[in-house]
Amino acid sequence: MALSDKLKTEFTELVAHYPEKRAGLIPALHRCQEEQGGWLSPQALEDLAEFFGLEPVEVFGVATFYPMFRLTPRGRHLVSVCHNISCTLRGAEDLLAHVCRVTGSPVGGTSPDGKFSVVRVECQGACANAPMFDLDGTYHEDLDRSRAEQILGSCQ
Amino acid sequence: MKDFPKYLLSRVGLPQSHTLATYRAEGGYRAIEDVLKKPWKPEQVIGVIKDSGLRGRGGAGFPTGMKWGFMPDITKDPRPRYLAVNADESEPGTCKDRVLMEKDPHGLIEGCLIACFAMHAKAAYIYVRGEYRLSYSRLQAAIDEARAAGLVGQNILGTDFSCDIWMHKGAGAYICGEETGLMESLEGKRGHPRPKPPFPAGSGLWKSPTTVNNVESIFNAPFIVRNGAGWFKSMGVPKSTGNFLLCISGHVNKPGVYELPFGLTARQIIDEVALGVWKGRKLKAFFPGGSSTGLLPASMVDVAMDHDSVKAAGSMFGTAAMIILDETASIPQAMDVIARFYDHESCGQCSQCREGTQWLHQIFRRIAHGRGQMSDLDLLVSLSNGMAPAKTICALADAAAIPTLAAVKHFRHEFEECIRLGRDPLAPQPQHAPELHEAHA
Repeated sequence: MALSDKLKTEFTELVAHYPEKRAGLIPALHRCQEEQGGWLSPQALEDLAEFFGLEPVEVFGVATFYPMFRLTPRGRHLVSVCHNISCTLRGAEDLLAHVCRVTGSPVGGTSPDGKFSVVRVECQGACANAPMFDLDGTYHEDLDRSRAEQILGSCQ
Repeated sequence: MKDFPKYLLSRVGLPQSHTLATYRAEGGYRAIEDVLKKPWKPEQVIGVIKDSGLRGRGGAGFPTGMKWGFMPDITKDPRPRYLAVNADESEPGTCKDRVLMEKDPHGLIEGCLIACFAMHAKAAYIYVRGEYRLSYSRLQAAIDEARAAGLVGQNILGTDFSCDIWMHKGAGAYICGEETGLMESLEGKRGHPRPKPPFPAGSGLWKSPTTVNNVESIFNAPFIVRNGAGWFKSMGVPKSTGNFLLCISGHVNKPGVYELPFGLTARQIIDEVALGVWKGRKLKAFFPGGSSTGLLPASMVDVAMDHDSVKAAGSMFGTAAMIILDETASIPQAMDVIARFYDHESCGQCSQCREGTQWLHQIFRRIAHGRGQMSDLDLLVSLSNGMAPAKTICALADAAAIPTLAAVKHFRHEFEECIRLGRDPLAPQPQHAPELHEAHA
């Protein structure tokens, strides 16, 4: 397998923004992850290595450094609950426990039906609207149990 | 509190504030037009920024004009040069740049153009943290609009000034907010900070002269160019000029991002801006500028919020991210959370930081869970003194050591009580989020 033509075209355009091709690697990892349903397979890392002219281990070394890249499959929806100081002071641990109850997923795992994965994350820059979680790339702020339940309940 | 002029957030409440039409209707892009058509000389732009006294808003408070002036003479050094905008806002408590990027992206773009003109930079890269998807898409849309209007790209406004602005997405690592870590990351590598020297102005992105500026710093530039250094200096206090964006979070009635002049006291800000400590409780402590700054006890709430006054009080102005802890908050619990963060974010290059952040976290954790020993307090201090000041490639180790030393200094009694009792009397009721792994994502 190799990168789709669509991604190849995109990445060719992307790397033209920089004097060196490699600079496009992290944005490209993001795109591959989006296309693959939220994770990066070993094959995807190899394909990227080939495109960028790098050793697969170099791409692996970059992908594992950054918390936003996931190297294992996850549930259909990803709930990232901030547990840093401003959120903790406003009830983040209670929110996290409730999110786990509602979704049936443990922290760092996936619900048995494969619908939700729940993770703890560091400060998301929503400190004045704590507590919060990011659901599939959208911030939900000023949360309490019932609002969280409502938001998660609307996931298909 | 008496009324004061505002400019930073003057447009964010307008309808469609993120569009070119709104920005232009508010006088947007007139500063760069004036610079290009008058024309100004690049050194005049640097001059007015220097004269304004603008200090960087990313945490260190370094004078922005002086930083721009570090770029080598273009007549002697022909290498391409770059501006990198640090939009990796991730200091806990800090949520201000996001407001500017989401609500007023053209203001940042105009600032980039002015900065690039002043420093002869051929391109600006805006490094946005990966989680800020709305900031990214708003900025990208604004760049596209500006490009179509001849404001970004080749021969801007029909002059011979050309400048590209590119968006670049980070991927969740705090260390990439450190300027050399940011550059490594932008080059497609792990965000491992580089030893300094060489400084970015001498050898930055792709070994070329580079300046890294915070979003809010750059955002100030068009206002200074349009209104002059005198106008800017008329706000604030002599050594911290202009207004700044305050982030206030934690135990207050009205957390938020507010535009304020320097020099108000922390008490005024808590009581009059954030409408007081919540639930009618008393203040226990506050971080003046993010979790990397030493927390201060309530007895120091009359400190003025400007760079030098906060420093004189033994802490730092940082990113102006005040985190408020009320009388029911547990300092050991708070420090467990904060130490966990630095442990998670250390890049691992320097042993003092890699090992030190892990130790600090483990010790705070055991104290917070009632398993500490009295000797732990001296151990926290000696570890911190082994990590900082300036013992490592970058300041992440300092960022972990500074709040540790402050917490032990001001709240030693609270740690001692936890150790003596074998539990934290202020710990919240235990929550039971089931964990698959000990480590978090």
